[in-house]
Amino acid sequence: MSHANNDLRYTQSHEWVIQISDGAVEVGITDYAQDLLGDMVYIDLPEVGDNLTAGKECAVVESVKAASDIFAPISGEVSEINEVLSDTPEILNQDAQGGGWLFRMIPSDAADLNGLLDADAYQALVEPDAG
Amino acid sequence: MPFIPHTEADIQSMLAKVGVSCIEDLFDEIPGELRCGGLDKVADSLSEMEINRLMLERAEQDGRFVNFIGAGAYEHHIPAAVWELTTRGEFYSAYTPYQAEASQGTLQLIYEFQTMITGLTGLDAANASLYDGASGLAEAVLMAVRAHKKGQCILMPTTVHPVYRQVVESVVTHQDIAVEEMGFDQGTGVTGMEALEKLDPTGVAALVIPQPNFFGGLEDVDGLTDWAHANGMLVIALVNPISLALLKPPGKWGEKGADIAVGEGQPLGAPLSSGGPYFGFMSCKQKLVRQMPGRIVGRTVDMDGRPGFTLTLQAREQHIRRSKATSNICTNQGLLVTAATVYMALLGPQGLAEVARRSHANTRELVSQLSAIEGVKQVFSAPYFHETVLRLDSPALDVLRALEAQGIIGGLGLKRYYPQLGDTILVCATETRTGEDIAHYVKEMERIISKRRLDPPCAQKVADSR
Repeated sequence: MSHANNDLRYTQSHEWVIQISDGAVEVGITDYAQDLLGDMVYIDLPEVGDNLTAGKECAVVESVKAASDIFAPISGEVSEINEVLSDTPEILNQDAQGGGWLFRMIPSDAADLNGLLDADAYQALVEPDAG
Repeated sequence: MPFIPHTEADIQSMLAKVGVSCIEDLFDEIPGELRCGGLDKVADSLSEMEINRLMLERAEQDGRFVNFIGAGAYEHHIPAAVWELTTRGEFYSAYTPYQAEASQGTLQLIYEFQTMITGLTGLDAANASLYDGASGLAEAVLMAVRAHKKGQCILMPTTVHPVYRQVVESVVTHQDIAVEEMGFDQGTGVTGMEALEKLDPTGVAALVIPQPNFFGGLEDVDGLTDWAHANGMLVIALVNPISLALLKPPGKWGEKGADIAVGEGQPLGAPLSSGGPYFGFMSCKQKLVRQMPGRIVGRTVDMDGRPGFTLTLQAREQHIRRSKATSNICTNQGLLVTAATVYMALLGPQGLAEVARRSHANTRELVSQLSAIEGVKQVFSAPYFHETVLRLDSPALDVLRALEAQGIIGGLGLKRYYPQLGDTILVCATETRTGEDIAHYVKEMERIISKRRLDPPCAQKVADSR
């Protein structure tokens, strides 16, 4: 099931983050981003245990149009990756903000989430004329 | 019609648009000391007659010798049809096509080449070629480090071709990759398993296994592969394509098989021609294919379900991934690959195996006759493919020079690359050497060696008498 837009936090580079129950966060790319990128053919994910730094590249999504870097929205350690994507990358197109999540991580500082965009700010970023 | 599409007016208008006054200004960020200056030795233009004569003179500088040297480039018979077909207008370009899918014939040929390389190496996927064996090995090292993700070090046996090791060093050193060399067993001439057990495998991304190695010797590829995998490393197989017609393919080495295979393609239909152009080949397991450098041709179907060929996995390449591409290799050795594909198709698996078998038998014959001479001894005990090392009781370079005066290239003196091996030569007799060639070499070697023993040069006598 997809996360509701209002529950997510966003980056300028089109990643989303949501706090999940066990203190970890889940990371993916937005529906807007998957739509621009087109049909996904390959997702290169980080490894469990990798230490990510906010703003640094940590994964690659490859579509029929382009290969794009994914940037870590906050710093922390990867705790789980979405293995399903390795065989069925199209899930990212079908459900970018739900089943198409990329990885889960334990934030170095959970407060970092507050520095990210909320749904309104992200909406304004991708559709500046809508409001 | 000139092949330059821009008129002077076009050029001026483009320069004005980007805000510079001349074309030279576009290169002003290249420091002066890095520029080579003018090319005074290159004439502005030569007529066809002049260029023919110049090239003929250059070619003749090589001389005509009976060749017993291998050491990375091998003289094999090339059926006349190979270059007759390769130089047809339809194929005659060094490049993979820019408008790739419009060149279905070229793509099909490359696809068939890739298929043959995967067949020879026993791996899943091959690319459309690399520049040569040495730079191919460097690419394989970079690929292994990318795929491994954790290790930044490569284990490189010193039984790998010394020039290949230099090229790898040049390419990878500035990418924070360490190359750790490991020696060989002085008795067998191959990498000893005991030496491995002493190594610390932490942080090592891959082990390179040359088969046959630079000395022609056959490494324990199964033992080495399993050891590397047990220690979390990838295995890079450096192989001679002709030998694969007889030897176990890298994909079958050990329990799991080598991960990447790479090698020099010259033995497959390319003449020695003073050192090039040659080409490299590479193949790998399916799971590593996205880390492979270079172009890859795939087979697919069009909208109407008809089979066709296409460049595939292009997201690895520089026109899409820019600085993060797997490699800046793009243009490759298309013409040499065409020749290799025709060569392999003409010979078939049996023909290739016959070339390998005869090369092996000829070298055995040569070595058996040469080592019967007093003062010539085989150095290493490991089985060899079509090359091995001999020790002479006279200065090797002097002996090689004396042989050359008799029209024989007798082998490669190894002292320059392996000082510890002393007066040794690396010899090779491919299927192109006849019984008479071998007898001629053996006769001259015997004469030169015995003369040196019985009759030392005058300067030597003076020195001895002091």
